[in-house]
Amino acid sequence: MRYFYDFHIHSCLSPCGSPDMTPSNIARMAALAGCRIIAVSDHNSTGNCRPVAKAAEEAGIVAIPAMELTTSEEVHVLCLLPDLDAADAFGSYVRARLPDVKNRPEIFGDQTLMDEDDTVLGFEDRLLLNACSISANEVPALVRSFGGVAIPAHIDRNSFSLLSNLGFFDRAEGFPAAEITRQCNPAVLAREHPELAGLPYIVNSDAHYLTDMPDAAYAIELPGPTAAEVIRIIKEGRIWDIFY
Amino acid sequence: MKVSDLAEKLNLECLYRGNQDREVTGCYAGDLLSRVMSRAGAGHAWVTIMSNVNVAAVASLTDAACVILTEGVRPDKQLEDKLGELDASVFTTPLSTYEVAWRIHEAIGA
Repeated sequence: MRYFYDFHIHSCLSPCGSPDMTPSNIARMAALAGCRIIAVSDHNSTGNCRPVAKAAEEAGIVAIPAMELTTSEEVHVLCLLPDLDAADAFGSYVRARLPDVKNRPEIFGDQTLMDEDDTVLGFEDRLLLNACSISANEVPALVRSFGGVAIPAHIDRNSFSLLSNLGFFDRAEGFPAAEITRQCNPAVLAREHPELAGLPYIVNSDAHYLTDMPDAAYAIELPGPTAAEVIRIIKEGRIWDIFY
Repeated sequence: MKVSDLAEKLNLECLYRGNQDREVTGCYAGDLLSRVMSRAGAGHAWVTIMSNVNVAAVASLTDAACVILTEGVRPDKQLEDKLGELDASVFTTPLSTYEVAWRIHEAIGA
């Protein structure tokens, strides 16, 4: 069955995420937009994954736990995780490798932890916009060890992307797919980067504001709308969209 | 040397006029924002090819005297919208980061 998805959404926990990106608002907006499976992937934290999962359930959709990891090379990698326990464990692993630099909310924005009713539980005090001491080439195996899958984020962007920061996509590193933005023309990108040929890709919103959440347009073929199936399909490269 | 004098000496194109009387006390050249945040000093000229919105936040955090975008790079739309919030002036130049850095060293001796 085909399920419309959006696996890259920022909540109010990301300092660059709007305060309106609450678990409840995200879940309801995604449902309105026609998405059936989503993932909230905040920078270097899984702190809001649990409330997002609950809010999604109440909205009649599925949210799988995720994170947008920033590697030491400042490459963003979308990490999809199989369940909330894995999300907690991965979150702790990453936090131990995130520099202990305090957030400055007046400069970067608030990093708000919420519950599924949008009650503020507290604030993450460590700056999430930093780079972790985890190198890009470690990430595929690392995320697999937590039962998940890692996908370099927005590779078509000219900053914080694997292509912009490392220059080319090394297929040997073991990422099974790449993420591009809606603005990307995959045929053009593949011409500039022939090493992408045959690589599956996914397209997500990278929404930081409710207005960034577009009507669902990308679907994935799955036996059922679960994290396990999403991760399996992506690991096995069984996504229809591929770079030519 | 004041920001305004340095800009004139290096023939920098001004993209945003912040506090141009600020003394430039040093220089940090770098593009990895996490590094710049921890290494660049207050009053430094920050030389970079990065043009995204986070440049504004990092310039504020590090209390840069000015930001010099090199290799002809210009701010993207999101960064442009944030320039007004800055104390630091922002410039661009067709020179490379290396060429700007050694010219700054020659100019201010730091």
